[in-house]
Amino acid sequence: MSVLVYIESDNGALKKAALEVASYGRALANTLNTSLSAVIFSSENNELLASYGVDKVLTVDYSEKFNAKIYADIITQAAQKEQATVVVLSSSADSRYLAPMLSVGLDGGYVPNVVELPTQTQPFTVKRSVFSNKAFCATEISTAVKIIGLSNNAFGLVEHPVSSQTEPFSPNIISTEINIENVDKAANKVTIADAETVVSAGRGLKGPENWGMVEDLAEVLGAATACSKPVSDLGWRPHSEHVGQTGKPVASNLYIAIGISGAIQHLAGINSSKVKVVINTDPEAPFFKAADYGIVGDAFEVVPKLIEKLKEFKAQNG
Amino acid sequence: MKILVCISHVPDTTSKINFTNDNTAFDSTGVQFVINPNDEFGLTRAMWFKEKQNATVDVVNVGGPETESTLRKALAIGADAAFRVNMAPTDGYAVAKELTKVAQDGHYDLIIAGRESIDYNGGMVPGMMATALGASFVNNCISLEIEGEKATAVREIDGGKETLTTMLPLVIGGQKGLVEESDLKIPNMRGIMMARKKPLTVLEPSENKTFTSSVNFEKPAPKGAIKMVDADNIDELIDLLHNEAKVI
Repeated sequence: MSVLVYIESDNGALKKAALEVASYGRALANTLNTSLSAVIFSSENNELLASYGVDKVLTVDYSEKFNAKIYADIITQAAQKEQATVVVLSSSADSRYLAPMLSVGLDGGYVPNVVELPTQTQPFTVKRSVFSNKAFCATEISTAVKIIGLSNNAFGLVEHPVSSQTEPFSPNIISTEINIENVDKAANKVTIADAETVVSAGRGLKGPENWGMVEDLAEVLGAATACSKPVSDLGWRPHSEHVGQTGKPVASNLYIAIGISGAIQHLAGINSSKVKVVINTDPEAPFFKAADYGIVGDAFEVVPKLIEKLKEFKAQNG
Repeated sequence: MKILVCISHVPDTTSKINFTNDNTAFDSTGVQFVINPNDEFGLTRAMWFKEKQNATVDVVNVGGPETESTLRKALAIGADAAFRVNMAPTDGYAVAKELTKVAQDGHYDLIIAGRESIDYNGGMVPGMMATALGASFVNNCISLEIEGEKATAVREIDGGKETLTTMLPLVIGGQKGLVEESDLKIPNMRGIMMARKKPLTVLEPSENKTFTSSVNFEKPAPKGAIKMVDADNIDELIDLLHNEAKVI
């Protein structure tokens, strides 16, 4: 018996969401009085996993590009080898892609968007967000194996050093009809999915030529940039930056909205963010009702000042 | 080419979310239901295949009789026939199993579902169906072309996109990008009239095997009032974010 976590890395570096999954897995293993194993597709950074409580690291001998069906099958084999009763994954696009396949492979119930440790283990009950974070649902998993998709930034990082062992894992590799032809990914850019802070701007910025200050603000904060739907529809910013109900979901710790009125479809996509700051000229903008901190003012005056003050703050606080 | 589009019947985004029966069920009183937006992008792409590549397009939904208005809307948009599996969609796995049965019986080449429904946000049905069918699967699909038996799809990944090729049969979890919002069709009167004559077949569930069950619902604690900061006092905002919210 064990808890198994799927650890994602990007160019050899462990993703923050993966460490969060490890932190959650550790706490869950303690609750269930069992050990924590991890399955990982790169061989570096195993010491880091030990500091987040992973007892055993299975290093998969497979270095091809991510293919959900093959990965799901490998994780299924790892779960069987470790006799895992719970498998925990992140909410990344890749994890969401493979989790349903894993569920069928392991005959185990999958609950995504889980926001905390199980409220009870007999019967096994977890809390997940539903209705675009407008409600939570206590969900019981009735199968022997349980699969949990952890919501981003819901549990946080919790260090828990253990002595860890590493074991090479050579699974059977299945064949698939899917061929990955091309991966087009911006290098060295914080993605909306991984970001702790997201700086987002809307039509209030008046034109694409004014996005320099949004990018500057994002850079000071180490944040990802995003935009509202009208901005992506107008072609001011790429579709991949559109956040909202039909765009990308955001679950950051800090979300800064500049010149975004706060349409209900936009709010549905960013609801899961913990702290929301709104900067808008219109004091009646609906976003002010959904935010934690607000400034009524002209973005072209407020944002440069904010950048300047944040630089001073960062200089003083490291 | 035979296409099956899976349609989820969901509360409109602007709906008030409330629960009933001691917080064990969604309260649909006064709620307007629509085709799940992610499914509607896929349905519209299916209409393109119908017009340009002579595909037939069927739609399917798992739900009670109250969901038939949503299926009729899909027929009015241009789908050829509809199926309703007469079962409350309480668990993603159970829904996927029923849809798999419909897909197998109809020998579909392409099955289009949305990346997730906007009510329960599960995002698991298409992947489970593909696995049960032994078909290829592309999630977060933002572009799809079919040539003979060969499909070329683009998947949105974190921080970019990925192009994949595969053979039919194929299941996709679709989203905006398959078509744009401006491509979505509002049914016209002729479509609505024709939809009344199109077949809507009710099927009884084959097994209704579940993996999970929703025990009860709760709403988040009410949010505290917003703190307004003067535009000339950015230091205060930074102080609040650092010392109170602890996010910088």
